[in-house]
Amino acid sequence: MTEAATFEMRKLRPTDLGRLSTVGLRTRKLRAGLSALGIAIGVAAIVAVLGLSSSASAGLLNEISSLGTNLLVVQSGQTLFGTTAELPVVAPAMIARIGAVTRVEQIGSITGNVYRSPLIPTIDTNAITIDAASLGLLPTVGTSVAEGSYLNAATAQEPVAVLGAAAAQRLGIDQVYLGERIWLDNEWFYVAGILKPAILAPAVDSSVLVGFAAAEHYLGFDGHPSTIYVRAKTSQVNTVYGLLAATANPQNPSEVDVSLPSTALVAQADAQGAFDGLFVGLGAVALLVGAIGVANIMIISVLERRSEIGLRRALGATRGHILGQFLAESILIALFGGTIGVGAGTLSTAVYTAAKHEVIVIPTLAWAGGMGAAIIIGAVAGLWPAMRAARMSPTEALWTV
Amino acid sequence: MTSDAGAVPTQRLDDNLKRFAGSADQPVLEVDEVAKVYSGEPPVSALRGVSFSIARGELVGIVGPSGSGKTTLLHLMGTLDRPSSGHVRVTGLEVGRLSDRELSALRATHIGFVFQQFFLSEHQSVLDNVADGLLYAGVPQVKRRARAIDALTMVGLEGRPHARPNQLSGGQRQRVAVARALVGDPAIVLADEPTGNLDQATGQSILGLFKDLHELGVTIVVITHDRDIAARMDRRIEMLDGQMVFDSADNLATVTAAASRAPTSGNDHRS
Repeated sequence: MTEAATFEMRKLRPTDLGRLSTVGLRTRKLRAGLSALGIAIGVAAIVAVLGLSSSASAGLLNEISSLGTNLLVVQSGQTLFGTTAELPVVAPAMIARIGAVTRVEQIGSITGNVYRSPLIPTIDTNAITIDAASLGLLPTVGTSVAEGSYLNAATAQEPVAVLGAAAAQRLGIDQVYLGERIWLDNEWFYVAGILKPAILAPAVDSSVLVGFAAAEHYLGFDGHPSTIYVRAKTSQVNTVYGLLAATANPQNPSEVDVSLPSTALVAQADAQGAFDGLFVGLGAVALLVGAIGVANIMIISVLERRSEIGLRRALGATRGHILGQFLAESILIALFGGTIGVGAGTLSTAVYTAAKHEVIVIPTLAWAGGMGAAIIIGAVAGLWPAMRAARMSPTEALWTV
Repeated sequence: MTSDAGAVPTQRLDDNLKRFAGSADQPVLEVDEVAKVYSGEPPVSALRGVSFSIARGELVGIVGPSGSGKTTLLHLMGTLDRPSSGHVRVTGLEVGRLSDRELSALRATHIGFVFQQFFLSEHQSVLDNVADGLLYAGVPQVKRRARAIDALTMVGLEGRPHARPNQLSGGQRQRVAVARALVGDPAIVLADEPTGNLDQATGQSILGLFKDLHELGVTIVVITHDRDIAARMDRRIEMLDGQMVFDSADNLATVTAAASRAPTSGNDHRS
């Protein structure tokens, strides 16, 4: 009755193809799930690796930019003879005269060791340094006090010390109480405070800071700064950078090292991804194994479903219809695995970054690439089995044993 | 919707169909001097010079022992395979001249199959199993289901469209398979040992169903090894050793002609 009409449309509708492609998944759930698992693990590994490293470096970059990229560090370099040079005592004052400079602070390195008490063997120095520090140091290097208080005009004259974050940890001091002392080069110094980590000035972290006056009085400090921290107007950082060496030590500018810590840290953040390649490679191996699993499942499926293929050919399916059905099924299994993999990779990244209070970043390349890889794997793994199914003659397929 | 690749053959097929629809006298199926040789060592001659034609509305039983070429004949009649020589024409269309795509389209719209093993998919309902009979005919799902209801009514299973095949008895399952064959309103229904997996009483009820459908004008060919079943058909064709040895529809003249042909080809076979 509708013969003419039915002959006009013989292409399988997308909805019908979609329904057919789920037959294998619905009838053999466990098997399809297990073969999708291989793909899922591979995609999850890739997404998690790329997500974790991107989140970590994004976090670091955020922190660097929040600390400011306009900090310049002037350090005493080396003389022509290889000995450590000295910065002139007036260097900070001279640097402060440069127009674009907004802040200048200094520390001066002091020879000596720090101990919890005189009873500690002298060899246990814990690699802690002693530095004389100017009073406005903290905001300039981008850190603040974690515990207690920093030096002030009064305490800078007295045997009082403030501990850098790492120095406090190495000394085993995590809180400040009244009368707490440390043994500084044969003198008792009272602990006034503990600092938070200074990302832009790591030298401060492992240091015990005392006032300039106290250092000269109690520790025999000569008053020469060893490192000068300079904040300049952000737009003129490069100009200031060029002027610093000559301004700090006009007689011997070559004995001054000038650096911009934020650029070094940015480069370091970018370099964090260096080992990603290895893990992405491992993820790719998992994907390959997953692809072989899918191909294997599809071959078995084609063999098992011979009579179904025969029936479909008898119902009027063309070779193309059969090819399409099995190819779509294989892609669907892989896509299912890929979706789970992206989900698992994102979830593990989210858990990790939440624990470290970082911002979660999943690069587009990671999730889109993971899904794309899954689709391609499904197509490639399913192609040969699907072609086998399509090539099967209807009579051969109906030949049940 | 017609793809470019399929446009020309579809047109040709459509023209043929219109011609067929115009002539009520044209046989639904013509088998003309058909032979089938399976290559191998030695080659197996499954069919040798079989000729008959089936008119619209006939109920035909093809009977023969195993190895007589019944299944090969079914495959050729159903366009699942091509003859080595001779001609098979379904609704006037020469099977040998059609491409695989065109044959698939022909099966989708003009031939219904009923198999001994039912071949129902357990993961979908009875209704969808029947509707799948139209899957490759390009009919939208809503229409497929509507027509599946009609087909289920024809086989007396209209009450359980949403049951799963495994909730049905063997006889009911075979009725579902028959409904699937009928859903496309085919020119001919080919049934391969339809009672082979059923007990005596259930088998009889399926044969009763075929009789009823025959009354409604459906053309049915039943292939069986069971002489009793064949005897219940209006017309009976007997096969033996790849040859047709009896056709109840033949008049004396054709039977004589067949008999005179038989020894010759038989000698060829033995030599």
